[in-house]
Amino acid sequence: MKKFLGPCLLLPALLLALGPQKPGGELRLALQAEPRTLDPHLAADEPSDLIRYLTSGVLIRLNRRTQRLEPELATSWKLSDGGRKLAIRLREGVKFSDGSPFTSQDVVHTFQRLIDPARNSPVGDGFRPGSGHLACQAQGDYAVSIEFPEPLVSVEKLLDGVAILSSGSSQPESAVLGPFYLAERKPGVYLRLQRNPNFWKRDDRGTRLPYLDSIRLEIQRNRDFELLRFRRGEFHLINNLDAQAFERLKDESAGGLLDLGVSTDSEQMWFNMTPAAPIPAYKKAWFRSRNFRRAISEAINRNDIVRIVYKGHAAPAAGAVPSSNRFWFNANLKPPAHKPSAALARLAQDGFRLQDGLLKDSAGHDVEFSILTNAGNKSREKMAAMIQQDLKAIGIRVNVAALDFPSLLEKISRSFNYEACLLGLVNVDLDPNLQMNLWLSSSSNHQWNPNQKSPETPWEAEVDRLMRQQASDPDPAQRKEAFDRVQEIVAEEVPFIYLVNRNALAGVSPALENVQPSALWPQTLWNAERMSFSSPLRAGSR
Amino acid sequence: MTGGFGRILRMLSATVLGAIVAAGLLADLIAPWPYERQFREFTNAPPSSQFPLGTDDLGRDRFSRLLHGTRISLLLAVVAAVLATAAAAIIGGLAGYYGGRWDRVVTDGTDLMLSLPWLFVLLTVRAMLPLDVAPAASVAITFALLGLLDWAGPARIVRTGVRETLDSAFVLAARSRGLARPRILLYHVLPHLVPVLTAQFWISIPIFILAEANLGMLGLGVTEPLPSWGGLLRELESQSTAILSLSVPLWLLAPVGVLLAVVGCFQILSTTEVTS
Repeated sequence: MKKFLGPCLLLPALLLALGPQKPGGELRLALQAEPRTLDPHLAADEPSDLIRYLTSGVLIRLNRRTQRLEPELATSWKLSDGGRKLAIRLREGVKFSDGSPFTSQDVVHTFQRLIDPARNSPVGDGFRPGSGHLACQAQGDYAVSIEFPEPLVSVEKLLDGVAILSSGSSQPESAVLGPFYLAERKPGVYLRLQRNPNFWKRDDRGTRLPYLDSIRLEIQRNRDFELLRFRRGEFHLINNLDAQAFERLKDESAGGLLDLGVSTDSEQMWFNMTPAAPIPAYKKAWFRSRNFRRAISEAINRNDIVRIVYKGHAAPAAGAVPSSNRFWFNANLKPPAHKPSAALARLAQDGFRLQDGLLKDSAGHDVEFSILTNAGNKSREKMAAMIQQDLKAIGIRVNVAALDFPSLLEKISRSFNYEACLLGLVNVDLDPNLQMNLWLSSSSNHQWNPNQKSPETPWEAEVDRLMRQQASDPDPAQRKEAFDRVQEIVAEEVPFIYLVNRNALAGVSPALENVQPSALWPQTLWNAERMSFSSPLRAGSR
Repeated sequence: MTGGFGRILRMLSATVLGAIVAAGLLADLIAPWPYERQFREFTNAPPSSQFPLGTDDLGRDRFSRLLHGTRISLLLAVVAAVLATAAAAIIGGLAGYYGGRWDRVVTDGTDLMLSLPWLFVLLTVRAMLPLDVAPAASVAITFALLGLLDWAGPARIVRTGVRETLDSAFVLAARSRGLARPRILLYHVLPHLVPVLTAQFWISIPIFILAEANLGMLGLGVTEPLPSWGGLLRELESQSTAILSLSVPLWLLAPVGVLLAVVGCFQILSTTEVTS
């Protein structure tokens, strides 16, 4: 009898493994911090945004693989009146997780809530281009029209971040339209998202999605522990791996490691050009010289940074937009080549000269400056050390100062008591409209010289004009042309010395199926509703 | 630790410590390469005749960095220990000798210093310092801060020592003869505190070495490209799995070996001082 028991037990397991659908299982991964809010309209930090992404239904979704917009709760939409009016047809027969029906009243309620000034929603900011109010009206049960006070280009892309809420529910998280709903939360320990039994999406065979029963998000601040738990099979996914950790896992032959190619993030340094900065006037003059900035850029060996710091998992940066942003990337721009001799020739045009191995300016000052970066970021500290050696080759002495992040922010945004800074920029959106606060000279995030009353240089005035032009032009080709020119000006004037674009690196358990990772946030999780385990028996294993 | 074995151990410790100090002092002569030079084609290379302990992530010679790091960490730890001991002697000595209101102020001050999260104090002070300081100045400031912040514990011990000495018969005799207070303090109290101060000095050296190593692990302390033991130990963070599985290349553990040797030798020698 025992001889037959083994095969009999194995057979159902085998059938389960070979079956077309593999529902069930709990996906486990780490959150680096506690979500600050569960209100999807207030989500600004990454953990809150991830909860919003996994639980909320949206009208239009950006496919992270194709970078194209796809209908979700909206079946069709039409932008008219020069970008002032958006007509949306809604999907019928959709229910919230609590069983209540989804209608146009929910969309109207969502937009009223979103633009409520008292709520101060960061998501709602994108729908307030200028003065005046947005008006959202129901046109029957399954159609809405939204009118904007001013033309709002790329409004469809903004809808990817707008969680549609139930008009009949006071708690936004209690009735959702996304693939999962928040079932359990233990502050500081974990959050458990349960499968939404009413989720409207089905697969090609008609099976209701999502396949997974639940997602357990454990608060794990320490990335080394997260890595260890991924190795042990306690976590099934790990995003945003750094190159060293990725290589270590590779050396250990850990499976499921994915280099998703160049991400939308960049690493860059800039000089402090703020007129009121408490630094010597002769240094301000260096930093405001285009030749000086371009020479520094040419003296840095980006290929070495890619090879040594990022172990090849990065690309030398060509400019403000990485190649992963397919539409907005200006393909005419190339990363600056490493040319120390050309850098010296350029510096000579401004009166700099090499004397006993040290570079001196026209007044005889030794060329020396400090680079500020955040302490504890090993990649940046290594980059700074490499820049130090590269610039030493042209006679420039660089001091590296690593500060804790709050102190660093105080220096670069309040006291302006710094000379150069090395930091990264995380781009969560592809559209240049979301970089307005970086490029407009009047903005507080215009890092090299913020809060200008009027543009202090002709090229900054031109960037301001082009950015405003692209922000109000409904024609994508015209917008692209304007933003291409912005990228060219930035490459010529070098207010930011773009160094590298990091690759998006992730680890995925081999037990997981239907993972279609993307270099865009949220990388491996963007199609969570279609993920499944190859076999429920393997759901707990790596 | 007495007898023949103890003597041999002390001699051995002194020899090892002397050899390490000498290697650090002669780093410029012994080191085959400048500590900051990056051989970018030879990153993470294993030991060879060119690079006796291999190279680090940036292709810098580990042996040269270890020698220079030893000089920096060891010598500045001694300076920090001198600072801390001197501050403790002055503050604790005066509190113990004068007593009363002055004693209460110092006692409360030491309690406050001991309860302060010194790491945050260091972070704050570092943030207030100018950024364009040279790496050598940065390291001097780090150790000076460590020295100036760590006087409270030893000061309390010194204060107690002074109070006990003041109650002794020879101090009463000196007072009864009408000797001036500074004279009593200098010629009668201070000589009795020398063993306590010496012990405090020896004990605090490894503490400062480890404190700098901790600061280095947090990315603070000594700045690039200057090496220190803390900075060298930081490189081992990426080897945690290899260390746990005992498969870490031994040459990577050289800074740990030197640090353990130095701290161990100081402990043996300081125990001897305390006993004597």
